[in-house]
Amino acid sequence: MIQAEAKNVNFYYGDFHALKNISMTFEPSTVTALIGPSGCGKSTFLRLFNRMNELIGNTKLEGSVTVDGKDIYARDVQVDEIRKRIGMVFQKPNPFPKSIYENVAYGLRVNGTNKKSVLDEVVENSLKKAALWEEVKDNLRKSAMALSGGQQQRLCIARALAVEPHLLLMDEPASALDPISTSKVEDLIFELKQQYTIIIVTHNLQQAGRISDYTGFFYLGSLIEHDKTQKMFLNPADERTQSYITGRFG
Amino acid sequence: MKRFRRILEKFIEGILLSSSTITSLTVILIILFLFREGLGLFNRSPLEHNFIIAVSKQNPVQDLSSDQLKAIFNQDITNWSKVGGVKDSIILFTINDITNYFSEEELGASLENLPQKLNEFIEANPGALMHVSEKYLPKKFNGHTIHVKNISVGDFLFGKQWYPTSEPIPSFGIWPMIIGTFLVTFGALLIALPLGLATALFLAEVADIRLRNLVKPLVELLAGIPSVVYGFFGLIVIVPLIQGLFKLDVGETVLAGSIVLGIMALPTIVTIAEDALRTTPLSLKEASLALGATRWQTLRKVTIPYAKSGISAAVILGIGRAIGETMAVLMVTGNASNVPHSFLVPARTLPATIAAELGEAPYGGLHFKALFALGIVLFLFTIIINLTVAYIRNREKK
Repeated sequence: MIQAEAKNVNFYYGDFHALKNISMTFEPSTVTALIGPSGCGKSTFLRLFNRMNELIGNTKLEGSVTVDGKDIYARDVQVDEIRKRIGMVFQKPNPFPKSIYENVAYGLRVNGTNKKSVLDEVVENSLKKAALWEEVKDNLRKSAMALSGGQQQRLCIARALAVEPHLLLMDEPASALDPISTSKVEDLIFELKQQYTIIIVTHNLQQAGRISDYTGFFYLGSLIEHDKTQKMFLNPADERTQSYITGRFG
Repeated sequence: MKRFRRILEKFIEGILLSSSTITSLTVILIILFLFREGLGLFNRSPLEHNFIIAVSKQNPVQDLSSDQLKAIFNQDITNWSKVGGVKDSIILFTINDITNYFSEEELGASLENLPQKLNEFIEANPGALMHVSEKYLPKKFNGHTIHVKNISVGDFLFGKQWYPTSEPIPSFGIWPMIIGTFLVTFGALLIALPLGLATALFLAEVADIRLRNLVKPLVELLAGIPSVVYGFFGLIVIVPLIQGLFKLDVGETVLAGSIVLGIMALPTIVTIAEDALRTTPLSLKEASLALGATRWQTLRKVTIPYAKSGISAAVILGIGRAIGETMAVLMVTGNASNVPHSFLVPARTLPATIAAELGEAPYGGLHFKALFALGIVLFLFTIIINLTVAYIRNREKK
């Protein structure tokens, strides 16, 4: 079974050919790490799955991207409907300047769910899943801006989980965090894997090794190699992967 | 060489310091001047300098208010019993009336007998009320002067009559101007706010970058047009339009002022509100969109709340622009100093009054001081507006 798939994807920013003929599949309940040097296209590729690249004008996509067997770029698809089923966590924690509660409830509210009992339950469950509940349960009405960076990032994860996505996209979610917060987020990703399919972009190879089942190595807009993480790290097929993983460039 | 450079640096430092000192001092001096001249209006007699009101010694009346005096001079009050005196009719007497009572020979060639004749007159007419210059009074005057109530701040602010040159008692009530200013400003905001905020939203969130780069400089260009040009436009286009549309006798109305001011406040509101909207971080908008919010939900729930204080600042600065505007309003509102009761009557604003009348007011006179007092009121309004903006911006930073 396949949760998400990119097929022969080419992507352009204006004249710049950012993604070159990439095909990749993602199985349910797995973590796939996308690694590669800066500017290799891994973030662009990630953002294809919730059509975030559309926010920038003058881009062009060829090929198909499917989630749950549905082409998310099809003409009859409402982009906000797509995004409801796909959660995203960004590089820098970006909570709304609202209360902790309202941050988590945001996704439900914009979907028209305003019933307090439902919201209360979802907020609690999401914060529990994001391993933040114990720290904030007495201060749900406090501003999210008052949390630490690591707490903010877990809040953003809770916020993404609240809409019950099928697929969770993470764009270097721990890169702005201190080591302790990072390890908390990593533990969390490990937990979340049971229920969600996760694609994570990371610069941190150890992190990729620790948390992912599969790893894809991007280089200059191409997918060089995509395999089980263990194999990629111990016995890569491509010489460039080998060089990158052993730190010879990047 | 090194020493020369050090001296040069000290010199430049000195220039910078003195420039800023001059700037600050200028501002302070202007404010001091404004207050000194303006406050001179209060706690003094509303009579012209050196003039007095005098009555016969037998007359028990000691005090008269400005209103009572005005009524007497308008001959609305003709008997002393109405103002607390005995039952006797009031005989009005100003220095111009002297020839009705005495011949020129009696007064003398250079009016040297005038003081004495005034004494004779007041003795002969116990019901007289004299309005004369102090210098004509005899040393041993047979009458006593009437104390006229001083001009108070309350009368100034809430008085409904503005007759700054009326004789012998002028009226300095600026209530019509305060209401006029607020009504014109309020109307201007009613026009400029929806239009300006909608334009700002369009430019910040909807328009693509090329359109924005075309429209925004155009809107900002509006701010550079001299206000007299707006006034001219209002006078030629808007005033006749209103006159025809509402079948009025005159088109110079509050509404005309509001429309012209509304147009003038637009660039301020659009520019500042748009800047505020664009400060909303992309990451927040992305977070909202990624959660399945539509573009409008994102705008309503994330972008606008984030830019709230900037938008408020835009609104208040728009008010400030409207409240202090002079020339354009002067040209289109008709300048009647009545309290306006609708948008379709002429009105007069604080700054327009100053501009229109300062040229005619004798230097140092009561009218002159009254105009400066108007300036103080206007200054206080604008300072409140600026402090509010500063407060909102400050809160935003926290």
